[in-house]
Amino acid sequence: MARGPNHSVSRIVRRASAAILALAATLVLSACGGRTTPGPAPAPDEILVGHYGSMTGSEATFGRSSDEGFLLAVEERNAKGGVKGKKVRVKTYDTQGKTQEAGTAVTRLVTDDKVVALLGEVASSLSIAGGRVAQQYGVPMITPASTNPAVTQVGDMVFRVCFLDSFQGEAVAKFAARSLKAKKVAILYDQGQAYSKGLKDYFGAAFAALGGTVTTEQAYTGGDQDFSAQLTTIRETMPDAVFVPGYYTDAGNVAIQARRLGLTAPLLGGDGWDSAKLAEIGGAAIEGSYFSNHYSHEDPRPEVQAFLAAYRAKHHGTPDAMVALAYDAARLLFDAMDRAPSLSGKDLAAAIAATKDFAGVTGKITIDADRNANKSAVIVQMKGGVPTFVESIPPAE
Amino acid sequence: MTKLLQTAMDAVAVGSLYALIALGYTMVYGVLKFINFAHSDIFVLGAWSSFAMAAALGWTKAGATPPLLGGFAILLASMAFCAAAGIAIERFAYRPLRGAPRLNVLITAIGVSLLLQNVGQLPFVFGTQPQRMPQLLPDRVLASVAGVDLRLVDLIGAGTAVALMLGLEALVFRTKLGRAMRAVSWDVKTAALMGIPVDRVVAFTFGLGSALAAAAGLLYAMKYPGLNQPAHATWVLLGLKAFVAAVVGGIGNIRGAMLGGLLIGAVELFGAAYFSPHLRDLYVFTLLILVLLYRPAGLLGRAAVEKV
Repeated sequence: MARGPNHSVSRIVRRASAAILALAATLVLSACGGRTTPGPAPAPDEILVGHYGSMTGSEATFGRSSDEGFLLAVEERNAKGGVKGKKVRVKTYDTQGKTQEAGTAVTRLVTDDKVVALLGEVASSLSIAGGRVAQQYGVPMITPASTNPAVTQVGDMVFRVCFLDSFQGEAVAKFAARSLKAKKVAILYDQGQAYSKGLKDYFGAAFAALGGTVTTEQAYTGGDQDFSAQLTTIRETMPDAVFVPGYYTDAGNVAIQARRLGLTAPLLGGDGWDSAKLAEIGGAAIEGSYFSNHYSHEDPRPEVQAFLAAYRAKHHGTPDAMVALAYDAARLLFDAMDRAPSLSGKDLAAAIAATKDFAGVTGKITIDADRNANKSAVIVQMKGGVPTFVESIPPAE
Repeated sequence: MTKLLQTAMDAVAVGSLYALIALGYTMVYGVLKFINFAHSDIFVLGAWSSFAMAAALGWTKAGATPPLLGGFAILLASMAFCAAAGIAIERFAYRPLRGAPRLNVLITAIGVSLLLQNVGQLPFVFGTQPQRMPQLLPDRVLASVAGVDLRLVDLIGAGTAVALMLGLEALVFRTKLGRAMRAVSWDVKTAALMGIPVDRVVAFTFGLGSALAAAAGLLYAMKYPGLNQPAHATWVLLGLKAFVAAVVGGIGNIRGAMLGGLLIGAVELFGAAYFSPHLRDLYVFTLLILVLLYRPAGLLGRAAVEKV
């Protein structure tokens, strides 16, 4: 196209393209604005609870499942008249699975939305970042599923309703040594996640105490696609099993490449594997692998079956453990609100700390002096794309 | 021995993909003397648009088997789509700035990159969750040497990459259009005075580079079928490594980009396998620093006196 005669045409094209770009930019900005449930900010007749979770990104099913669990508990409670005569509302902000976003989301929930309590995150690194902000402002926080011990060590405002990685690592080690009769296990962990590093250490110590050997510890960074160097090294050590204490997207990718490299040893994982996406990404490669989890939907206990019925009335499919834990966390919070003399941070935290033998879907919950819960773990195996119950491992007293 | 052979094979497979992406950086730099930071997003677009096409054809369902040539059809379609996207980006974002200072164009390129990443995340585009790419190319173990499997999909991947690079080489050095590209890269003004349609040549260069990036995207998704979400930091890092490959080989030099890609792949994978996988990115960027210190023009680049 020559310059001169087409000058006006090119100006029009330029303006049009500028308009398109501006439109696209607006779309992007509105998409970035976080996901909020519609409705007015703090009304006097409602109790606002904040949820920060990964609604998008590589761990998106964690945030989405938690949200489902919280909303299920909230709807149930509101149908029964709410808490202290007020309706409960959950406000959700997306962390995108990024540590730096967790602190921002909690700050917004506390300072802008004035929530009385916080629920979240699933990933331990994000719960630590969010917990620091919660502690600073004196707002009680319950994480449904962060298992790294450092999470509740942030301060006296941070609680959890799940077991700890010190126990989970031991549970997987016991399963590997006793049920799988594994002597040599290789480890491939995510060096960027507190959860993964912690679980690796606890597993390694427990497995060595049971007489096993960890042949090699290899690392990756979350989101990595190429594990060939690590898996080739692992294959050389001829392990009986490979422990991959990461999150589900990476675990699926590891499984695909392990099988392509001809590494046939079963893979072992922790509760970070629990997502429908694991089977979707891992496909046939993940079949037969084991991971530890918080509950199994095959459990006949009445709490579990009632929860399944309530879930299936609203959603399709089977809830993963993140839904169950979030449901327990929210119900435990409401129970503490009932007992607390006021909803100030101090009173509420004291009421949560006093929780004893709360009948949750994921087991009986008693909050101990370190603000943790002591519960049993289940080991499940991937069969036909579904985690299937193998055995239950009770907590050590 | 097994480990050495396995690592060498992976290094060639990954390196040839870096090379394919690096070619786009190097060609654009060659003709316009600016770094197109949106190029790595075209690579992502290549991977995700082929996933979207496969999904539209119902090949992502469990148990679906795409026809034998389906993978190649999608390869061509995604190359054509990304070439069009590359040409459109050049036409609307870069051409209006043709006479502007280079910094303005560079910042625009970063803007285009962010735009592509975020539009890709919209729910009606590609969404924000990782997806499993279906197996579009036939895969089986062809041969097994010393415990290392030579897989058909790796062979097709590396073969396609090499074929595309040879095709590009022939295009640039043996055709009239290639001569026009080289002339524009030598001196835009003089080339225009000699009657070379500069705008058309530049648009063609963008289209060509984008098509190669799209091919790299699909081949990458075949090797690593768990696709990260479009705005994942990993994609940016991959693009950066390909850019490093272009610089190491000598930016503006086509053979340099191929050499750089293979070298980066080897450094990364051998470093990860034999030293420590914790530092795999460090090896790549250390190589960049060394090359910049001792051969600033790159391995195959010629130091040119800046024209004033």
